[in-house]
Amino acid sequence: MTRSRQWVVLSLLLIMVGGLVFAFKVVRLGYPVFPDQTSEQWVVQARLRIEPVKGPVRASLLLPVRSTGFTISNESFVSRDFGLTIQEEMFRRRADWAIRSLDGDRTLYYRATVIKDMRQHRFATRPEIPPPPQLEEPWATALEDLVEEVKKESADVQSFAAEILDHLHESSDDASWKIFMEGVESPLEHARLAQNILAAEQIPSKLVHGIMLRHDVQRAVVDTMLAVWDGDDWLLFDPATGQQGRPEEFMIWWRGLETLASVSGALINDLQISVKKRMTSSLELASLRTELKDSFVGRISLLHLPVQTQSVYEVLLLVPFGILVIVLLRNFIGLSSFGTFAPVLIALAFRETELLKGILLFMLIVSLGLVFRFYLERLRLLLVPRLAAVVTIVVLLMTAISLLSERMGTETGLSVSLFPMVIISMVIERMSIVWEERGAATSIREGLGSLLMASLAYLVISIDVLEYWVTVFPEVNLIVLGLIVALGRYTGFRLTELFRFRQLAARDS
Amino acid sequence: MGSVLAQLRSNGVLGINCRNGEYILKLNDRRYFPLVDDKVLCKERLQERNLAVPELIAVARYMQQASHLGALLGNHNEFVIKPAHGSGGDGILVIKDRKSDYFVDSDGKLVLRADLEHHLTNVIGGLYSLGGQPDVAMVESLVHFDPAFAGLTYHGVPDIRVIVYRGYPVMAMVRLPTRESHGKANLHQGAIGVGVDMASGITVGGVSGNNAVSVHPDTGSQITGFRIPHWSRIVSMAARCFEAVELGYLGVDIVLDEEHGPLILELNARPGLNIQIANRRGLRHRLDAVDALGQGRQSPERRVEWACRQFGESRVDLLSPAPW
Repeated sequence: MTRSRQWVVLSLLLIMVGGLVFAFKVVRLGYPVFPDQTSEQWVVQARLRIEPVKGPVRASLLLPVRSTGFTISNESFVSRDFGLTIQEEMFRRRADWAIRSLDGDRTLYYRATVIKDMRQHRFATRPEIPPPPQLEEPWATALEDLVEEVKKESADVQSFAAEILDHLHESSDDASWKIFMEGVESPLEHARLAQNILAAEQIPSKLVHGIMLRHDVQRAVVDTMLAVWDGDDWLLFDPATGQQGRPEEFMIWWRGLETLASVSGALINDLQISVKKRMTSSLELASLRTELKDSFVGRISLLHLPVQTQSVYEVLLLVPFGILVIVLLRNFIGLSSFGTFAPVLIALAFRETELLKGILLFMLIVSLGLVFRFYLERLRLLLVPRLAAVVTIVVLLMTAISLLSERMGTETGLSVSLFPMVIISMVIERMSIVWEERGAATSIREGLGSLLMASLAYLVISIDVLEYWVTVFPEVNLIVLGLIVALGRYTGFRLTELFRFRQLAARDS
Repeated sequence: MGSVLAQLRSNGVLGINCRNGEYILKLNDRRYFPLVDDKVLCKERLQERNLAVPELIAVARYMQQASHLGALLGNHNEFVIKPAHGSGGDGILVIKDRKSDYFVDSDGKLVLRADLEHHLTNVIGGLYSLGGQPDVAMVESLVHFDPAFAGLTYHGVPDIRVIVYRGYPVMAMVRLPTRESHGKANLHQGAIGVGVDMASGITVGGVSGNNAVSVHPDTGSQITGFRIPHWSRIVSMAARCFEAVELGYLGVDIVLDEEHGPLILELNARPGLNIQIANRRGLRHRLDAVDALGQGRQSPERRVEWACRQFGESRVDLLSPAPW
């Protein structure tokens, strides 16, 4: 590749990388693009009331496992006196409470905070082929007929399963269906029946239990869905309607034939699952999610720094935006200033003082500083000591202004402490040289030019969303860098040059 | 605005971005910049090539030297103090006369000994140098400009700026000091730029700031149609600077001394673009013409001959009675 085109590639690459990281964070990690967006979080609580019978008591509760749709951000157990162990397997988690003896009713709590998570998780391992059901007549023949019929109407596992559920759902009049449908009412029973029919075709299936996180519910109902293995992946079906796919609000809790809770040495009095919606800021949520996932990309944000450090870097990361403005103003508009990037630093200082007060303060300090500088010139100090004297005078001026404004009850003076005094001193020095060499008019014009550039840079860096972006999406600076690289190869006219060379545009040559 | 843009483009006007991006960055190798940015070094280099320059009286490198003016200045009564790394004419002090305890500058103003010492310390301290680096003050003999320019200048020394592109002199102008420029020949300080026909050395039109002028504001003399003496020597000296500093896009500043003829005052690696306004011509077409010649290097004589033929417009019609 020729060097002359590399900048295009580099620029596009930077913009793309920045954009992709940004997009990844927004789409996959759920970081809100704009500040102050709220999103929902669910508190799911299982409450198990047991009544001891005799001897040691054991109680087990299946816990939600990581699966597509939701992630558990936080969980806790309340189980006074009980010993608690948690069994973790790939696709099964179980809490076991145990106590040697129990003298009365006891309530055990499990509480999980759950957030939406769009990442795909494997649902379960590759299943084994189920044995075909061993049935007596007339069921065996009926099953054969039934499978034959459904097979005719379907093309693959997916449509086969859908067809079965459809038939069950519509309570087919066909005799071979009827004999199976007898007594089958609940979705769970539908699902079990469908499993049997699928097994006849050697299609593995699994029951999936979960709850709907839709709104606050005191006593949530456990819904059962049917997962069917199509050879590559698990397909979820609603056994009641035959509809395929996981409803968005469906949080998978456990799989298989187990019951949610089981006890020994006691009786289950009540098992209650409650759901409560809680609104949190999306940002908080996204960073929580990032932590859970341990996502590298997600860690590229200032949120993981201590708060004080955050605010320092926030300012630093805003600088490129200010610099971008300066590049535009200098190379496209054609403005000039004292010190290439001094306006950016002045603009940063304006953040502390607000624009109008900042401008007034700047003008006040610079003009007072100039007066002193002209006096120092008469003393014939050497360059560096003179500069040092100007810096000191600027500091003293700022202190004086602070004290004065404190007296007058305004706070601007106090916030001025960050005003870049060295930069101001350099501006004073440069201005006084230009003043002597090229006259007061030029000097004041260039001084005001610097101020104008600083104000424009300030207006850009004070855009709220930028401050938020550099904190949460520091990668936007890669985009800025890409833009700067691209702008760096702009060799066309500057706006002011159209005016400057206007006489050369008047006629043909 | 769009039409202005199109017209500027078709007239081949060179903008700053284009000058920087397409010419200076590509043709001016950074390692040769010190040769022009350091005026002491530049002078030595030009002398090695037998190019005439104003005589260097002394170089003040240390602050202490500022207070030993006698040793520094010898018995010179007129001289120019310049920062070796100065830019845009800043920090240049022209002394025309020396009395027992004070000096007289180009405006005829009094300069006390202490003022002069202070100026030297400022220069050495780096007040005028690019980037504020400590600098060196050079003391140069004063040029007595050719009386040919008498009516065309207000104090100060007029100089001739030639743009040398890859060794070919492509455009030139005369810079005439004015009252506003305090005797300095820098356009942004208020000097007038007057375009010069490459073939004949006859001035064609002028510019003050960004405005066209045809009469010197202080002397009232007509500034167009004036033939610059020693023109062929001026152009040839400018062209030979290319061999001395190897910069492909170069501004050569030449003064005409009454006694020594053309002297090279300084070289500039980032020459300004007002020369286009002074000449009422864009630079681009001329640069393109040089580029079209290919890469082979010609002798300076051949380059000058080609350039004068190519860019000369033989505007003898403009020739008016010289003002002297």
